[in-house]
Amino acid sequence: MGMTITEKILAAHAGRPAVEPGEIVTCKVDLVLGNDVTAPVAIKEFRKIGVDRVFDPERVALVASHFAPNKDIAAATQAKEMRDFAREQGIRHHYDVGDMGIEHALLPEKGLTVPGQVIIGADSHTCTYGAVGAFSTGVGSTDMAAAMATGTAWLKVPETHRFVLRGKLGRWVSGKDLILYLIGQIGVDGALYAAMEFDGPAIRSLSMEARLTVTNMAIEAGAKSGIISPDEVTLAYLRKRAQYPLRLYRSDDDARFARTYEFDVSRLEPQVALPFMPENTRPISEVGDVPVDQVFIGSCTNGRIEDLRIAASLLKGNKVHDGVRCLVIPATQGVYLQAMREGLLEVFLEAGAAVSTPTCGACLGGHMGVLAEGERCLSTTNRNFPGRMGHPKAEVYLASPAVAAATAITGRIAHPEEVARHVA
Amino acid sequence: MSPEAGRSEPLRGRAHTFGENIDTDRIIPARYLTRHDPAFLAQHCMEDEDPTFASRVQAGDFIVAGPNFGCGSSREHAPISIKAAGVAGVIAPTFARIFFRNAINTGLPILECPEAVAGIEPGDDLEVDFATGAIRNLTRGVEYQARPLPEFVLEIVAAGGLIPYVRRQLGTAS
Repeated sequence: MGMTITEKILAAHAGRPAVEPGEIVTCKVDLVLGNDVTAPVAIKEFRKIGVDRVFDPERVALVASHFAPNKDIAAATQAKEMRDFAREQGIRHHYDVGDMGIEHALLPEKGLTVPGQVIIGADSHTCTYGAVGAFSTGVGSTDMAAAMATGTAWLKVPETHRFVLRGKLGRWVSGKDLILYLIGQIGVDGALYAAMEFDGPAIRSLSMEARLTVTNMAIEAGAKSGIISPDEVTLAYLRKRAQYPLRLYRSDDDARFARTYEFDVSRLEPQVALPFMPENTRPISEVGDVPVDQVFIGSCTNGRIEDLRIAASLLKGNKVHDGVRCLVIPATQGVYLQAMREGLLEVFLEAGAAVSTPTCGACLGGHMGVLAEGERCLSTTNRNFPGRMGHPKAEVYLASPAVAAATAITGRIAHPEEVARHVA
Repeated sequence: MSPEAGRSEPLRGRAHTFGENIDTDRIIPARYLTRHDPAFLAQHCMEDEDPTFASRVQAGDFIVAGPNFGCGSSREHAPISIKAAGVAGVIAPTFARIFFRNAINTGLPILECPEAVAGIEPGDDLEVDFATGAIRNLTRGVEYQARPLPEFVLEIVAAGGLIPYVRRQLGTAS
């Protein structure tokens, strides 16, 4: 009986010829990740273990992302706890203000996430790195502490749900629309405990950046991980950046998939997730007339250069609608610099959008763009739970950067075609 | 199972019920994540779902919730706030997987039992044995048996959480 790519990676890290779904195995981890919210708790737990040093300072990554640049004294204290720990332990992959970014955009960009790795991170969107063909999953701070001490993690081998997407995507349909559509189809616990494996011509046609958006939101369907087996797109992306050797796996033809879904996405419209669940997804033509107070473009889901390019292509020569606040936050320092070089920042600023240094802040209602009671935001982020971006009675609608830009211009949730036609 | 787990006794407390897909933003909103001391987090436990919860909950009470409890973020602040609020344990048909790990790792008892969740009303008096999975609804005189936790997971529970478990493995336990 064959194995899935996920089973192969976990078996290799458990020192076993094969593993089966449901088994609990202890795996070596290639990379352990934490941020300024989760690492301080992990450091506190690490101190209780009774070892002085992390298992390998080259395999721990600490990213000041959530409340960075420090939003207040309490946040500053947490960032300092992480900074002090990084210095004490000689952790080189500590990314602070000035060279940081949102972790799940930053680590792939830096080439720290490569095919065949096992990565655990104390952040739920750690599942993002499956886009390069790694097994990566979110855990809590105590798991992070234990992994920093031992270089291992206990993992239940997940069953795999396979999603085969066929068809050619429409002009305004992106990776974000695909994953929102799938979550709408299967629900926020539709892949609970499972690995989501994405394949098919529509997935293969996506750039690496778009693939990172797809796997990023696997957690929003309850999944343990999302994964796309490596191909030429993966290799081209990694050619100049991979920091570790690549181990390329793919699922065997006779691998067992607990479920296989097939979708033809050639007629898919841009998707919007209405409050208050990412599964509450509709094609944009069925959303109706929804005015907004704020538009946010950024996050680990959609703050990469391609996201900013498509937003800028619509905002160029246009103005953000009266009464709408539009925030653009490049996900990393690298994305920010590239956007500046390409003139995208100028487009945003001339359109009347605000542009900020990288931070997770707005996505989780932390800082930078917090919503008041009764306000409504169209956001390129990943969650629209009550209170996610501020007041529990604020509303968040999730969509792609193209829909976000069109919405910023019209002041209500709009199909990008509407603006593009107008510009043309 | 280790002797510690065998020592546990049934706990008695009142049920606080919640709906399905209770996410970690509702358990502990991100605006409070600039701090991680348990007493502070306890004051804001479940705040955006029920602002009165933190003041109403009594030590030893239970949270009884719908499927996929704890979905969303990986913040361990969620089980920490629940435990520090005095909640003795959480019963749900299913848990989001990171929350499940975090609860086990930090020593917040949890049980998966759809039948119990369907039969328990707000304020019911419960007697729960987290080691055996036996749940008795004392108000209604009904008993339920929760799905057993995997043996490996029970070893972590018996050790008192992941950190004591790892200390034992590494031989750093005093």
